[in-house]
Order: sequence, then structure tokens, then C-alpha cells
Amino acid sequence: MNTLQQLHHPHKSVPLILAVLTVITTAAHAEEEPTDRGYEVAARSDRSDRGFGDSTVDLKMILRNKAGKETTRELTLRTLEIPDESVGDKSLIVFNSPADIEGTALLSHARILDPDDQWLYLPALKRVKRISSVNKSGPFVGSEFAFEDFTALELEKYEYKYLNTEAYEGMQCDIVERIPRYEYSGYTRQVSWIDQDVFQVRKVEFYDRRGDLLKILHLTDYRKYEGDVWRSHSFHMVNQQTGKSTDLVYSNYAFKTGMADRDFEKGVLKRIR
Amino acid sequence: MIGLRNRLGSQPRTGPGSVMAAWSVLCLSLTAFDVAGAGEHSISGYVAGEARVFFHSPIHPGQKDEPELSLAVRPEYSYRSDTRDHQLRLVPFFRLDSVDERRTHADIREGYWRWLADDWELLIGMDKVFWGVAESRHLVDIINQTDLVEDIDGEDKLGQPMLMLGSQREWGEVQFYLMPYFRERTFSGESGRLRRGFVVDTDGVEYESGSREYHPDLALRYSHYLGDWDFGAYYFYGTGREPLFRFQETSESVVPVYTLIHQAGLDLQYTHEAWLWKFEGILREGQGDPFGVLVGGFEYTWYQVAQSSADLGLLLEYNYDGRDRIDAPPTVFDNDVFVGSRFALNDEQSSELLVGVTVDVDTGTTFGFLEAERRIGDEWKIEIQSRIFANVDRSDPAFGLREDSFLNLSVQRHF
Repeated sequence: MNTLQQLHHPHKSVPLILAVLTVITTAAHAEEEPTDRGYEVAARSDRSDRGFGDSTVDLKMILRNKAGKETTRELTLRTLEIPDESVGDKSLIVFNSPADIEGTALLSHARILDPDDQWLYLPALKRVKRISSVNKSGPFVGSEFAFEDFTALELEKYEYKYLNTEAYEGMQCDIVERIPRYEYSGYTRQVSWIDQDVFQVRKVEFYDRRGDLLKILHLTDYRKYEGDVWRSHSFHMVNQQTGKSTDLVYSNYAFKTGMADRDFEKGVLKRIR
Repeated sequence: MIGLRNRLGSQPRTGPGSVMAAWSVLCLSLTAFDVAGAGEHSISGYVAGEARVFFHSPIHPGQKDEPELSLAVRPEYSYRSDTRDHQLRLVPFFRLDSVDERRTHADIREGYWRWLADDWELLIGMDKVFWGVAESRHLVDIINQTDLVEDIDGEDKLGQPMLMLGSQREWGEVQFYLMPYFRERTFSGESGRLRRGFVVDTDGVEYESGSREYHPDLALRYSHYLGDWDFGAYYFYGTGREPLFRFQETSESVVPVYTLIHQAGLDLQYTHEAWLWKFEGILREGQGDPFGVLVGGFEYTWYQVAQSSADLGLLLEYNYDGRDRIDAPPTVFDNDVFVGSRFALNDEQSSELLVGVTVDVDTGTTFGFLEAERRIGDEWKIEIQSRIFANVDRSDPAFGLREDSFLNLSVQRHF
């Protein structure tokens, strides 16, 4: 019977309704919501990191002013992966140079939407101080990296939106916009380039509170470690508004060194050296 | 000429000298244990040249009226075994002063062996331990003796010999301290400033304990955090670090008197957004009637003020001290309000400024201070410090220091 007849005879129109519904739902899958697709791409990248356990790495931070003059800082970063997805990883940063801040340390227990728990260790007084961590957008030791750029990047801290696909540095990349869900961020949004091959972040654009482009971060020299864990050994952050830049050079990565929660408690700070 | 031969510091000669010798032997032999497993050695520290200029002429007989120049050296040696379970640390300190021979002194700030095993920690030797959260007064900080001749704010401490046994658990950290040797407080000599009208005769020191400096002092502390709350509580029994002073008619000087005390202390901090709420309190028995002391307040920070990278903090604290005027050691913090500000540029040179004023609610006695610091290049640092005494009431223990407002410049080479 024709469609008009089916409408007058509902019991006979079931097959047609089913056919229409099938067409509609298939179309929806093919045309996936950018937010879902963005989340998927970001999640795939985040999960490629799963199972690293714990890591230790030495960082050399090179601060460059507009004229190109350089200052260097050396730090050690220890990270403990926390399997519970409702909280973030734990990290301990110890400064090795310049000499007057040697031994200064920052311990963080990252949370997702709440401010992190943070303690600062001041070696001159041998004092452990619990500090406020709402200062996410402040410069980390005078560099072009903000605290929020440095503390463990957690999937659930952002909302995602897939934008486009583009070739970048010879790699096919998914471009995903991410908007911070947590309070006190200095960014209205970020745009990340994630390669389609090993799902690592290659470039990030940071937009400030006014929506203007503030910084661009390039992540290069990716190396694969045991357990299919990828790490970039070179971060290059350029402030588009001031012309200053900061490089982070990573070396001596070590994974699964046997660290545990007790190595990331505030009591550990006075025992570092 | 500075009397180096006469008296190195105002401590009994058996103290730092023999400890240092014993430790050198111990450290070397422990390092030998780990030769196969190498481990990490590191040497750091600083050398500082300082000039202290006083705004007014001195008022007590014997005090010199000239800028006080000094040189301080503080090297640090650390060793850590490969397996990270043994640590050795040695931090000697030495200052040479142009004006006050008693400010020329040496100390072992730290000199210990630490052993870490699972949840346990054992430390034997000299160490510096800091407890507390407040800025205007470090009330609960009892373990180390104050090296008062260094500075009057009580932040410089002498090394404390100890055996410490500690454990880190999920429910917190517990530490037990056995301190077999008491360090006496250092004081300015006759030619030095920042002292009261009388000279402290440390040779005539008196102890309540028959064992004198060998009385074993004990402390037990528990600390932990829950959410935004950080807290610690301790119990101390032994020779109190604060001395009373007994006037000696014959020599027109005072001798320090160290009494046995029981003390319980609590420190607490609540961290919420840009607020830090702080409290420290103690209860002490053994110096007249039992008494309580507290300091409490907050620190609020504006981050990235005026669209710059700088942070501006405001501090406000109240101090109350319930001690007996006669039977307990003197204090300036009996009923005082402290207001301060911290300004950090967050620049490459880590430039920072801290200013504050403490005012006695009853007498109007006012202490002001300023501390500014900045790194120059990679290895040098400049610190400027000033302390101002104003409107000092006759009844205040600091009355003798009323003309000693000063400016201190320190140039440091770190390595």
C-alpha cells in the first residue's frame, strides 16, 4: 500500500516507521556531535598514558626574555599515577637550581574540579606550608608556564569540542577545543592538535580571559617508553603578546620506580635532601 | 681584634667541637658502608657579607657606636644512598662579627644520619625542626634553641642533638624526640647592640635540673591533614628553651635560668580559596602558674594584582600571652596585634618584599620590620632588612632596645 494508506491504517505502518527511525539514527551516528567526538579524541589521548604507574624526570627550564636573554632553572618532577578517576595524580617538584632556591619543593595532590591540595617546602627555615592553590593562572617561577599548565592534566577538567582535521608538521591531526571546567583558570579556551597516529598532543593554543590568543605551546621530541607510554622531551611555550618564551627540556625519564602514596605525603618534604 | 681565641660562641666548649669531630668520624665510616652502592653526594651553601647600620647612637655602657660588619659562611653537605634509605647531612655555620665578639660564633646547624625503612624513620644527630603556621610569632616551635645573637625575630636556631623516631601512616605522622643535650641561648655581648641594659653572663647559667644540660628532654608529636585542614599537636617535657633572668648584684649582670617545663602545643591551618586561617596555641606548666599562649589570624592573597604577575598578600594576627610576669620568662607578645603585607613580583629574580608592624594593645609599643630580597644573576642574592622600635613603653622587655632600630644589607653568594 502507498504511504497515505499507511497513515490511515497505523497497524500496517509499523514497518515504515521502523524504516524511518533506522534512517534517522544511522544519520545521527554518521554526523556525531562535535562535543562527543572532541571528548573521544581527548580521551583516547589521555588513556594512551594509562598505566605509567609512577615517573621521575629531570627538567631544565630555559626562560627567555624578548631580547633573547636566557635564565635557567633545574628541577626534578616525580609523579604518581592515581587510578581513581575522581581525583588527579600526585606530583612533587624539587628545585635544584638556581642555588638559592635549591631544595625548595612543591607537593600537589591534584583534584578534578576542586582546587588541588598543595604544600610548599622552604628549605631555609625547614618549613612546610600548606598554600592556596586557587592561583592557577599565576606564572610558575616567573616562566611562561602557568601553574595550571604544569599540574597534571586530567581529562575531566575540560569540556571538549572537535573542530577540524589538519596536517601539522607532517602528521595528520585532530584539532580539539577544550574549555576549562574548573574555577580560577586564566583561559577562556584552548585549542589542541592531537595526532591521529599515536594520539599525542603536538601543539596547544591558549586564549586569555579576553578571548585573545595568549600563548602557543609546541611539544616535540616524543619518545616511546615501555608499556606504550609516550613522552615529549621538549616543550616550547611562546607568549604571543610579550614575545617571551620558556623551554622545558626533559631528560632521564624513569618509570615504575616503586613510589607509593607515602612518597607524596607532606611529611616527605623535609626528608628530600 | 675579635676575640676568636677567647670564646667561640657562648656555648660550653664541649658542645659543637666534640660533636663535630664525632660526626666526621661517623659520617665517613657510614659512607664507607655504601661505597659499593655509590649514592649521591652534593655540596651547596652560601657565603654572605653583611652590614648593619643603626639609626641612633647606643645607650648602654660598652656598646660600640659604629656599623656592624659581618661575614657568614654556611656550607651544606648531603649524601644519599642509591637505595634512598640512608641519608647523611652536615651543615656547619660560622659568623665573624666586627663589633661584638659574642656574635662571632660557630655552630653545627645540622649533622645527622637518617635511616628510612618502609613507614619508619630514624634520625640521630643534630637537626633543625620547624613546627608552626603563624608569621608574627613562632609559638609552637620548641625543639631548637634560638640563636638570638643572629637576629631577634627568633627564626635563627641552633642545631639540636637528638634521636628521632618517626612513622608515616595513612592516619598521619607521629614523631618521638629524645634530646640528650641542651643548647643554651646566645646573647649579645657588652659591645653589641640589640640587648637590654645588662649583659647576660652565660658562664653563670643555672638549671633547675640537676643534670643541667644533660637532662634528656622528650617530645612527642602527631600531625596530619584532612581536606583543607592541616594540624599538629605535641607534648614536650624537659628544659624550656626560654630562660628567665636572675640579676646578680655583684657583677651587674644577669644569668640565664633554665627551668623544667611541661608543654602541650597545637597548630592548625584552614586553607580556603585565597585565605589561610592560622592558629597556634600552647599550655605550659613549670614557670609559675600554668598558662596559655596563643597566636591566630589569617593571610589573604590577591593573585596577579592589577593585571600584573605580582601577588599581594595581607596578614593579620593577634597574639595573647597569659604568663606570670615574675616567674615566667619575659615576652613582648602579651597582647599584640600584627599587620603585615607580602608582595611577590613572581619575576625571574624571585623579588619579594615583606613588611609588618606589631603593636601592643596595652602600651602602644610598636615594632616594625621590612624584609626585601632579590636574586642577582644565578648565584648572587641581595637581602635588605630593617627593624624599627617605636614608642617602646618602659614596662616592655624590649625597652632596652628602643634606640636600636637598624637597617641590614646582606650580599650572598650561593653555590
